[in-house]
Amino acid sequence: MAQPPTSRVNIIEHFGPHLAYAEGTRLDRGLTPDRLVQTHCCFCGQQCGIQLKVKDNEVIGFEPWEEFPFNQGMLCPKGVKRYLQGSHPDRLLSALKRDPSSPGGFHTLGYDEAIRQAAERIGQIQSQHGNDAFAVLSGASLTTEKTYLMGKFARVCLKTPYIDYNGRLCMVSAAAGNKKAFGIDRAANPWSDILGAGVVWISGANVAECAPITTNYVWQARENGAKIIVVDPRITPLARTCDLFLPIKPGRDVALFNGILHLMIEHDWLDHAFIEAHTVGFESLAESVRAWPPARTAEVTGIAERAIRKAAEWWGTAKTSFLLHARGIEHHSHGVQNVLGAINIVLASGRIGRENCGYATITGQANGQGGREHGQKCDQLPGARDLANPEHRAHVAKIWGVSPDELPQPGVDAYEIFRKIDRGEIRGLLSICFNPLVSLPDNNFVARMLDKLDFYVAIDFFLNDTAHRADLVLPGSLHEEDEGTVTQIEGRVIKINQAVTPPGEARQDWRIIQDLAVALGRPHGFTFAHPREIFEELRRASQGGIADYSGITWEKIEQQHGVFWPCPSEDHPGTPRLFEPGSHNPIAKGAGPFYFPDGRARFNVAEYTAPMEDVDAAYPVILTTGRVVSHFLSGTQTRRIGPLVDQYPEPRVEIHPQLAARLGLGDGEWTTVTSRRGEITVRAQVVKTIRPDTVFIPYHWAGPKSANQVTISAQDPISKIPEYKVCAVRLSKAAAPPEYATQLERQQ
Amino acid sequence: MPVPADQYFFIDPNRCIGCESCVQACSECDTHKGHSMIHLEYANRRESPQTLPVVCMHCDSPTCAEVCPADAIKRTEDGVVQTARKPRCIACNNCVLACPFGVPKMNVRQELMMKCDMCYDRTSEGKRPMCATVCPSQALFFGTREEIERLRPRSRPINEFQFGFQTIHTKVRMMVPRETVATHIDVAEVLCHPDEGSDQEDAMLAAALCELPIVART
Ligand code: SF4
Ligand code: SF4
Ligand code: SF4
Repeated sequence: MAQPPTSRVNIIEHFGPHLAYAEGTRLDRGLTPDRLVQTHCCFCGQQCGIQLKVKDNEVIGFEPWEEFPFNQGMLCPKGVKRYLQGSHPDRLLSALKRDPSSPGGFHTLGYDEAIRQAAERIGQIQSQHGNDAFAVLSGASLTTEKTYLMGKFARVCLKTPYIDYNGRLCMVSAAAGNKKAFGIDRAANPWSDILGAGVVWISGANVAECAPITTNYVWQARENGAKIIVVDPRITPLARTCDLFLPIKPGRDVALFNGILHLMIEHDWLDHAFIEAHTVGFESLAESVRAWPPARTAEVTGIAERAIRKAAEWWGTAKTSFLLHARGIEHHSHGVQNVLGAINIVLASGRIGRENCGYATITGQANGQGGREHGQKCDQLPGARDLANPEHRAHVAKIWGVSPDELPQPGVDAYEIFRKIDRGEIRGLLSICFNPLVSLPDNNFVARMLDKLDFYVAIDFFLNDTAHRADLVLPGSLHEEDEGTVTQIEGRVIKINQAVTPPGEARQDWRIIQDLAVALGRPHGFTFAHPREIFEELRRASQGGIADYSGITWEKIEQQHGVFWPCPSEDHPGTPRLFEPGSHNPIAKGAGPFYFPDGRARFNVAEYTAPMEDVDAAYPVILTTGRVVSHFLSGTQTRRIGPLVDQYPEPRVEIHPQLAARLGLGDGEWTTVTSRRGEITVRAQVVKTIRPDTVFIPYHWAGPKSANQVTISAQDPISKIPEYKVCAVRLSKAAAPPEYATQLERQQ
Repeated sequence: MPVPADQYFFIDPNRCIGCESCVQACSECDTHKGHSMIHLEYANRRESPQTLPVVCMHCDSPTCAEVCPADAIKRTEDGVVQTARKPRCIACNNCVLACPFGVPKMNVRQELMMKCDMCYDRTSEGKRPMCATVCPSQALFFGTREEIERLRPRSRPINEFQFGFQTIHTKVRMMVPRETVATHIDVAEVLCHPDEGSDQEDAMLAAALCELPIVART
């Protein structure tokens, strides 16, 4: 394979994004739907409950589902308009084969023939270059059943170690930090604990736009008397009315947490009894934060010393508290250290494992939680078991009916897969529910690597930007066309219900994977007739693991509006709050609340290092990236939904007036942002709500509007998360509007 | 069925996050499908992300109806002011110009004034309006006085507004903080001040540019 089969403009003309608006039946008034299907939103990790209105196998609208406890009917604009992606003109109804002679660059082919060809090419690559020459990139928006199947498919059918998933770009730093400190990777509390917290600390989380429903929890806490502390380089909509705003310089969060702990120790705002009874490692940590007096903390973080002192006092003297963080502290080349810094101030306060006292990372993707627990992460097996651990391998191998030696050892992270393509070690790729050309940093490199592959097959329901370069595209299923479970932000396992059947030759993703296994001549273990059967196997595979789902049944989920894992037996109600005395803990077995054999949490020295690429004379401004409320991740879905595109049609670069004045840039002017890797030209949005040394661009767009042309592929050494939140750029007024502004539809 | 007498609509602009869920959901309501009757305004985006959702306040003596020469705008017994009646509305725009809250919109194609009717199809059946149900920050809230008192101890509802000499009472309540009003913050004002004693403006600039080497003007 080489370049895309035809120009981007031609592909877009044929396969979209085109904008869908409500029309036809969907605009009929007083129409009675055939059914109301209770399910969940297909987008962010909060997984709001929603009822879809269905008529004649079409989703025609929604009705709020007020009984679902997490969101009680609340939805963000994405949830409201999600129903418009069903019956979308861009929907893939048959398989596609790369064909440069065809006007759109692809011709259709029969589903069975496409499966046969895909299996043939995979087989060729593996017999010529070894099993390890084929890799899988999977997704955290898939149901847990599908993610389980993907992990099993890679390891048992393809026998390759190379599978990783797009959760790698999302919250793996939190996962790694949580495991190091608590021995378990899950939000420690249900969100209801936010409501009674005396202080809510939010670091690096644009809650209002990325997790909008959480806003209500935070503001209800505020009504109940909580003080809200927000740490962010931008005044986000939630930060606007917080009680204390700390405008941190991107990439310096661990310095702030160390500085806070320094003050907590100095003023003895510590829970000595908790530290003594339930933790290890405080002494060396205390020693390490001696190096962080307020003056140095202020200098490094760019936050006024008095604000740091006030934050430490509020946090240190609170009776109850909740600390939330998200990608703002995790998307860094030292994201794990940032997370450890956050956990240290929680543990030192002793405010965890009881009512109204909590800690959590805000899950980004729909199934970011369940999607990483059951085996599609390069180093994990179902139940959050370790692929490198012989006992864990033996347990899962037995369920899978293979010998433990047959299971590959841990593979590499998603970005490293591309580096292996560069070195010629990986020659074939299957992707599902992952759009790396938009979502990975330094995506000019990713594009070159896709072009280098011998064979690339993508499974999707819209032709995403990465699939433009595929040899074969297999038409997968939309969220509402399949059923299964996902695990949302709080650790609550919930049920996705099917509303409609897949149109045309589109197939439910788990069927496609199984058809491939059959065509490869390796059907053993891939004969599930229904997602429920997959879930039953997953329950057994997770049994005894940390992420124990064995006591969860689909019926119980429906009865209880979700079941929090761990849930080790059918008569166990689930575990909403972790680390409570006496709660289920298969590792400590009664020794203490935390998931280590001695039951104690670990303090970890959180090392400060500057971001990989700091500003200098040539690239003097910090670029940080993030989301806007009406789009989701790489925009494969939301950039096709008309009303959401109208709400935020194109990326803009946010610049403080002081910086704009120095650069001679005016509001709305076309601005080129250049880094060492690439450049992007977007309109300036001049606002006082960002640090003057920092600019911000949202990342949901593809091609010339993609922010990841500029970002750096530096990664955290432990979690391998990319450093999306800091790179060095320079800005200049663009000589002319970019080509896309004149040639392409605005949503592209 | 009328809208239950104990149910009120409350707006709390201080909570609004500008997400436009309300705008998106309003166009899903059965009485005016495809058209949103609520709009969102930025106070001043350069200064702050403060936004304000604008819905009909359902005035007790609606100015829109008072200025309507065709008597097209009806207020129901339960106090909901409706979209203009199709056969009567002459699309004169009087209501659009007169409404002190800037609510009614002229649907030019249909030659009809359309406005928020508090989701009459829903509220008259005991459901909550679409916008208030979905609003993720509950800046829009529909419920009883007891509920709002329990949920918002820091603010209080008002429904009397003064426009010049005109005093208007509304069915919809606006929540205002009991104590402080949120102020706008400039990031530069809360940055590190390496030189805290010196002139504020200079310190701000120095702080803002503390690790910023010379940036070339283009
Ligand atoms: S995107 Fe998230 S907040 Fe918005 S409706 Fe869906 S689950 Fe809820
Ligand atoms: S707010 Fe405006 S449109 Fe609504 S009732 Fe009052 S005058 Fe009429
Ligand atoms: S839904 Fe609520 S928070 Fe969002 S814009 Fe409307 S009023 Fe504001």
